[in-house]
Amino acid sequence: MSLWSKHAIFEKNSLVLLIGILIVVAIGGLVEIGPLFYLKSTIETVDGVRPYTPLELAGRNIYVREGCYLCHSQMIRSLRDEVERYGHYSLAAESKYDHPFQWGSKRTGPDLARIGGKYSDDWQRGHLTNPRSVVPGSVMPRYGFLASSPLEYTHIQEDMKVLKIEGVPYTDDMIAKAKDDLNAQLNTDDGAVAGLATRYPKVVAHASNGAAGPTEQDALVAYLQMLGTTVDFTQFNDKASWR
Amino acid sequence: MIVVSLVGAVGALYIASKAYTAPYAFHMIVFALAGFGGAFATIKRYKNRPAVIPQEINGKPNYNYGPIKFTSIAAVFWGIAGFLVGLIIALELAFPDLSMGLPWLNFGRLRPLHTSAVIFAFGGNVLLATSFYVVQRTCRARLAGEIAPWFVVLGYNLFIVIAGTGYLLGITQSKEYAEPEWYSDLWLAIVWVAYLLVFLVTLWKRKEPHIYVANWFTLAFIITIAMLHIGNNASIPVSIFSPKSYIVWSGVQDAMFQWWYGHNAVGFYLTAAFLAIMYYFVPKRAERPVYSYRLSIIHFWALIFMYIWAGPHHLHYTALPDWTQTLGMTFSIMLWMPSWGGMINGLMTLSGAWDKLRTDPVLRMLVVSIAFYGMSTFEGPLMSIKVVNSLSHYTDWTIGHVHSGALGWVGFVSFGALYCLIPWVFNRKLYSLKLVNWHFWVATIGIVLYITAMWVSGILQGLMWRAYTANGFLEYSFIETVEAMFPFYVIRAAGGGLFLIGALIMAFNFYKTIASPELASAPEAALAPAE
Repeated sequence: MSLWSKHAIFEKNSLVLLIGILIVVAIGGLVEIGPLFYLKSTIETVDGVRPYTPLELAGRNIYVREGCYLCHSQMIRSLRDEVERYGHYSLAAESKYDHPFQWGSKRTGPDLARIGGKYSDDWQRGHLTNPRSVVPGSVMPRYGFLASSPLEYTHIQEDMKVLKIEGVPYTDDMIAKAKDDLNAQLNTDDGAVAGLATRYPKVVAHASNGAAGPTEQDALVAYLQMLGTTVDFTQFNDKASWR
Repeated sequence: MIVVSLVGAVGALYIASKAYTAPYAFHMIVFALAGFGGAFATIKRYKNRPAVIPQEINGKPNYNYGPIKFTSIAAVFWGIAGFLVGLIIALELAFPDLSMGLPWLNFGRLRPLHTSAVIFAFGGNVLLATSFYVVQRTCRARLAGEIAPWFVVLGYNLFIVIAGTGYLLGITQSKEYAEPEWYSDLWLAIVWVAYLLVFLVTLWKRKEPHIYVANWFTLAFIITIAMLHIGNNASIPVSIFSPKSYIVWSGVQDAMFQWWYGHNAVGFYLTAAFLAIMYYFVPKRAERPVYSYRLSIIHFWALIFMYIWAGPHHLHYTALPDWTQTLGMTFSIMLWMPSWGGMINGLMTLSGAWDKLRTDPVLRMLVVSIAFYGMSTFEGPLMSIKVVNSLSHYTDWTIGHVHSGALGWVGFVSFGALYCLIPWVFNRKLYSLKLVNWHFWVATIGIVLYITAMWVSGILQGLMWRAYTANGFLEYSFIETVEAMFPFYVIRAAGGGLFLIGALIMAFNFYKTIASPELASAPEAALAPAE
């Protein structure tokens, strides 16, 4: 009886075939994904990474809603030209609070992992409304409607509670003050964000363009302007994470 | 069944009344209508039920073709819709103001609509149609259940409608190829379990001692897609009244989950399941047996084992740990072998029947699809090599690679299968082989334009990004590399347009085929005198 005829057991019993398939297809995933949850070297030890402020979180949700990741990556690879073009290569730690990750897979537009602070708020708003007004050759769609859409944030605390369950270190204090914090980040008066900054270090206030409360554009700009700004790379020691 | 759909419908209405957003309320109302419709259809069917649906008539299985007819026509419809949206977004990349700044016409919302329409709507319906046909014929048994297969095909298409309208309204998880939100995902999971059960129970009813090779591939596809779908979409909704959920995984782990899922949506949805089509329709059309039984065993197990490991090649040089990247690359290169095992098994089935390529454009389509499969599965391992990937990643080369597989392999093998299947299940003679020939050539020229344009634009942009001047500065700003893409984006759109025209020719051909009053002589009847 040759080995080949032994295969008949799979061909004659659908459940044996089913279990065989299940075992064979499970192995690769278990080996590649499982260790990422317990190997400490997976995510670097680094200071500065913090959860998104309520306004930035709302902005990120608009980024997710509009499918920005389809044209913009948020992952600077450890290659010379990318580091020179976009900045320090992305760390795993920098997206550890990202549910879902938005590393992307295509750069029809440039990488956005460190876009924060590179341009002014006015530039970002003008660019979102009509990208070709500031970058003539751009092929990005116009997102003018964001400036006229009021930001829907009545349920932002529920969002933060879910993220807390999933491991984002939002405190009860942060969740309780979420709506005030959201509005505080749109107040550029001196000291208005002081309270917010104790909860979210390095937070930057942005002037709202909405006459009657925050707009979707406000939130998206706040998100874009904080991308890649939390880690101080003059202090970062990549060898500290070596094991 | 009736009670469940009614309760579900009322529940959906209740959720709709308290929904956080209008689009979500709209979706719940669609679910409610589907629930009421399902209950109504079930009651009507129960009232008009025949005494007993015979499993066999005159000693021949009484095959159930209804759900197959529905899905094969749905496949043609969704295919044309998906190709059209693809053409629109291709044009938007060349002429960005085409979207007029309307949220639901912007690239970011239409692109998932395109990918889901072609992969899950077109491809999915082709797979439902062919797998239900093949499992019945190769088991010589009627499809299990009467309502269950209809639940699967209608439920699946309901999922498509919910997912697709959701993208336009801004409901998305923004996980590539897994964009539908938590409630669509749950619904799909239910439909998928029903699909598995219908398939398995039909296998149990089989009159043949052995399970045919095509069914191994379909079974692997169903099981693995279930595993991937649940793993990658694990999420917590903000509220039952909200369409929004947050994926449980984050950052680097989410990236790995995503591409474990994403690459195997290619490996199992677009490869294993379509290999099942190859294993039935190519031998059938060529009237030759499958080239090698042993090769099919080896390449089946090797393919499903190795594909799962290949995901990390989407994450080279990223923050994913190096060991995972290297493992992914290694398996991706090894994967070349089982892939070509399948190609050889398909192509060599033509042994002794190669002359048919001259006379039968349907067989030619099937064979060319296998050739494209071979080409893409060579290109894939090449691109998974880290140094090659450092150039190709993030560029249009990836898009070109995907489309040589999607248009060339998945598209052509599906068209070939539909050209066989629709005449068979509607019991008609195909209206025109000449039109098939036209479809073949128009679409082939379209594919060639598409993939060559993307090769050139991808490699060009990759090289421009890393070009340095003699003084050691980056030579091109990002926008210069975007502007250089324009001619290739126009050529790509022209290629996509030709592919769409080919599909329209096919739809016309099917329309004339089905509308013809003349029945083809049924193959069963033709066999009758031999008894």
